[in-house]
Amino acid sequence: MERKLEENLISRKKETESSWISGTKKVKPKSKKTNNNFWVIFGFMAPALLIYGVFVIYSIVMTFYYSLFEWTGIDDNLIFAGIQNYITLIQDGVFWTSVKNNFLLVAASLITQLPLGLIMALLLFSPIKGMRFFRSIYFMPFLMSTVAIGILFVYIFDGNFGIVNQILGSIGLDSLQRSWLGNEVTAIWAVIATISWQFAPFYMILFRAAIVGIPEELYEAAEIDGANSRKKFFNITLPLLMPTIVTSSILSIIGSLKYFDLIYVMTGGGPNNATELMATYMYEQTFTNFNMGYGSSISFSMFIIAFMVIAVILIVDQRRKGVN
Amino acid sequence: MLKGIKKIPLYMLAIILLVFTGVPFLIMVNTSFKGQLEFMTSPWSLPKTFSFDNYLLLFESDFFRYFLNSVIVTVISVVLVILLSAMASYPLAKMKFKLNKPLFILFLIGMMIPIHTTLIPIFRLTQQLGLYDSIWALIGPYVAFALPVSIIIYTQFLKELPKELEESAKMDGCGPFRLFWKILFPLLKPATATVAIYNFIHIWNEFIFALVLTNSPKNGTLPIGLREFYGEFSVNVPGIMAALSLASLPLLLVYLFAQERVVQGLSAGSVKG
Repeated sequence: MERKLEENLISRKKETESSWISGTKKVKPKSKKTNNNFWVIFGFMAPALLIYGVFVIYSIVMTFYYSLFEWTGIDDNLIFAGIQNYITLIQDGVFWTSVKNNFLLVAASLITQLPLGLIMALLLFSPIKGMRFFRSIYFMPFLMSTVAIGILFVYIFDGNFGIVNQILGSIGLDSLQRSWLGNEVTAIWAVIATISWQFAPFYMILFRAAIVGIPEELYEAAEIDGANSRKKFFNITLPLLMPTIVTSSILSIIGSLKYFDLIYVMTGGGPNNATELMATYMYEQTFTNFNMGYGSSISFSMFIIAFMVIAVILIVDQRRKGVN
Repeated sequence: MLKGIKKIPLYMLAIILLVFTGVPFLIMVNTSFKGQLEFMTSPWSLPKTFSFDNYLLLFESDFFRYFLNSVIVTVISVVLVILLSAMASYPLAKMKFKLNKPLFILFLIGMMIPIHTTLIPIFRLTQQLGLYDSIWALIGPYVAFALPVSIIIYTQFLKELPKELEESAKMDGCGPFRLFWKILFPLLKPATATVAIYNFIHIWNEFIFALVLTNSPKNGTLPIGLREFYGEFSVNVPGIMAALSLASLPLLLVYLFAQERVVQGLSAGSVKG
């Protein structure tokens, strides 16, 4: 891979050089400089390109390659299967459950994390005392490792001594007590609540950074015109936050489509695939059932789905900009 | 007076959110100081006496091996990311060449793809390289996936540096590599701090590569260790809470001492999303 990249770089460079030289005659000394330039650029970029090329680009290509084989992953016995894995995948109910759950997660993340983050960020600019303290605590969930969060919330949602059940009991809602993660209906919502807890602070800091960037004069001018705080929010803050909202949505959607850690720790995709996501299903097929070829086809489908979703967002965003 | 009353809903909202974000931490730390029996009888009350027994137990377990592995992997990866991404950003930000834009976009794409798409080939590659089940297997993927964000941060910063700096250095006969390391890199300190913090947090907490590329307990990182503990001692809830608290401590300490930087660092990666 390294060599390929090098060759590619060199050949491209040669092309540009030769065309340049044939174009004008006087450039001999300059062409030497271009040549020097190439080695400088190459020297600076080669290490990063090598690592990136091997672990990201080569790997994506190889995922597609492996997805065309039947392969346990234990030995080197790859049997070419064409698109058989994809045909199986399309008929695989569990895969569609995982896709559905992934999109549920996307939707739930968008409607919980972003507004929650925005409310927190706005609160940070309101005239209340001890803001630094509030901000410090608000942000903490995002620093904890996902595995630690997963384990912590397994105990919080526990059916016997979990604090969720304790609170329900103490306010007389005993009938609602249950093993939240053991129940096929509630498990996904418990997980979504946990994910919102983890990521809302992240969007808080994004919105905070954006609000800081809004010029104070705008609010002053609005005040002179007699705008109340609600008007100020809807006519100044919100429109100016639009780019951040788009960025945050993209991050949230990408994040939700590749979610893995928390589900793996909290439910393992269960009970009965109720919380299965594409990534957990891929992991299960690949490293538990040793269907590496099939796992690769799930992997590659994830890549395609994520790619399409991002493309749609970017196109919609371009349109929106065009309209304005 | 009227103003004070107006603020009450604000305070209420602020406090509700404080409970929402803070209580799980309180539960974790609170439980970690309890005995197992005390936890069974009253799981969510304050501990009668603060005992550090659970933490002492961690010293006897493998906890610090995991901890040490995490430190080694994180430090080496972050240093490599800083060096590689700072270098790669220099031509991208300061030089004109045909492949400039395509290469930058190539790195940008890395931010958008699900890392799991690369998991199987990297697993295979790691085996072929003979690195499987060692902490060294983790450094390559960690560095590779940290490059996009880091390169974006560095190029943005580099573009803002005045051109005269380079020009005067070149006049003095300074070669491009010396120019970069001696003159530009020291000026990049704020960007380097951002890159370091951003990647420190993500690599410290990374889970799936560590899960797939290492196997034996002695080679796991902290997130793997936590999961092992959880599997082994799931009955000893206070013990696990002590492990969770201790594992979260380094990041919380960094946050405590460099709050602004951490917050800035984490939002930096998304500026250009």
